[in-house]
Amino acid sequence: MWIRKKRSWHIPESEVTDYQVYLNRRQFINGAAGLAAAGAMPFSFAAKAPTGESFANLQQSAFSTEEKLTTYESITTYNNFYEFGTDKESPSTLAADFPDRSKPWMITIDGECDKPGQYDYNELIKTQTLEERIYRLRCVEGWSMVIPWVGFPLAEILKQAQPNSKAKFVEFTTLYDPEQMPGQRRRVLNWPYLEGLRMDEAMHPLTLLAVGLYGREMPGQNGAPIRLVVPWKYGFKSIKSIVRIRFVEEMPLTAWVQANAGEYGFYSNVNPEVNHPRWSQRRERRIGEFLKRETLMFNGYGEEVAELYTGMDLKRYF
Amino acid sequence: MGKHISRAKWLVFCVSLLPLFWLVYALLSDQLGANPIEAVTRDTGLWALRFIMLTLLISPLRKLTGINEFIRFRRMLGLFAFFYASVHMLLYLGLDQFFDVQEIWLDIIKRPFITVGFISFLLLIPLTITSTDKMIKKLGGRRWKKLHYLIYLIVVLSCLHFYMLVKQDKTEPVIYLLIVILLLGFRVLSQRRRHQVAGS
Repeated sequence: MWIRKKRSWHIPESEVTDYQVYLNRRQFINGAAGLAAAGAMPFSFAAKAPTGESFANLQQSAFSTEEKLTTYESITTYNNFYEFGTDKESPSTLAADFPDRSKPWMITIDGECDKPGQYDYNELIKTQTLEERIYRLRCVEGWSMVIPWVGFPLAEILKQAQPNSKAKFVEFTTLYDPEQMPGQRRRVLNWPYLEGLRMDEAMHPLTLLAVGLYGREMPGQNGAPIRLVVPWKYGFKSIKSIVRIRFVEEMPLTAWVQANAGEYGFYSNVNPEVNHPRWSQRRERRIGEFLKRETLMFNGYGEEVAELYTGMDLKRYF
Repeated sequence: MGKHISRAKWLVFCVSLLPLFWLVYALLSDQLGANPIEAVTRDTGLWALRFIMLTLLISPLRKLTGINEFIRFRRMLGLFAFFYASVHMLLYLGLDQFFDVQEIWLDIIKRPFITVGFISFLLLIPLTITSTDKMIKKLGGRRWKKLHYLIYLIVVLSCLHFYMLVKQDKTEPVIYLLIVILLLGFRVLSQRRRHQVAGS
């Protein structure tokens, strides 16, 4: 049983920015900017409004950060989701109607466990207590966001499947469907996208299965309908649009390790001391901010997760 | 004729400034997405590469069309290449590294794509300095020409810089690289033909 400890950054529920408040503020700012620029600018700056269903009665998580939220617009227009194109903007247009919500989305849980099964997404979320968790997200490319996810701990459904003693890792697979995911028609990565966690990482209370953000159901470009969120690892570990969760004995050969094992490791913990050949990992640009900030070990979640890696050489197992 | 050329030069000058105006406008009207600094840095770099390639297009254009006047625009295009490369460099030094000399040095020696890009920029400097009529005279045509062969190295390094920084989908840098091969290949072929003609 996990005991929730009160952390220094924990805040009362009342202080979390409500989407409506955020939107109102945004409209006010845009209105002012619009007035100032009236005549000069032919464009309107209307904030992108979320369209998904909103979730009711969300629990507020004690794990949430009190940092300023990244705007809904930035979170939903600046995406790395190669299944919908390799630039940042394509997913927001190409995944706008993904997935077809009139069809069932099935998630298979199998492998080394006593109770494998198939879950319908809509049924699955009814059985879970959904909570809002505001996490930092650090991309390997040197930028970061603060995102109010909606989800439930991955451990909840892993426990239900009753993994056996051979289950050492958990492997996750994204949908493979080039019809719906045009980016998969080109072999940029070895489709389907594959990710993995060590068993203790997967069972960690910070590890989240997210089904929404900003209080509403997950937009396609952010990995609808259900995705992983592992806040102390680089963003690409947080696999999107999951169709399969499998308990395995061997370390999974993840998509990015297959693509370039010299640059991407299985663990990929956020670590300012281990540089990537393309990006220094010492600093990051928080989206919406001008100055860069120092990157924190484990993305600032060291207090919770450092013990998972005691005795491990994190420069070797990057 | 001279009047036409100077008019055309003005036109080329104004058109060459359009990417800059567009970027400033897009920046001010919030059209560059969630990470505008990254977008401006990337775009100015791309424009630097495009202008470098445009200077290399002049000779083939002259030879293919027989219109020698194209040469009159080459210096301006080269200077615009240096201009966009400088803005690109300043954005990197200022808004990516905030002029932190130690960080910049570490970046140059540790990140191969930065190393290559940096060298490419440094090589553009002597070409820019020697772009005036005075300098051409001072150096003498042959030495000047020899020095400016550096542009071939610069265009290859710039393409390589682009290729190396792209994470996974290399399509775009490969297209640039193919165009560069075409531009350089044209020179090799016409050189060979000249030798053949001279030999026969």
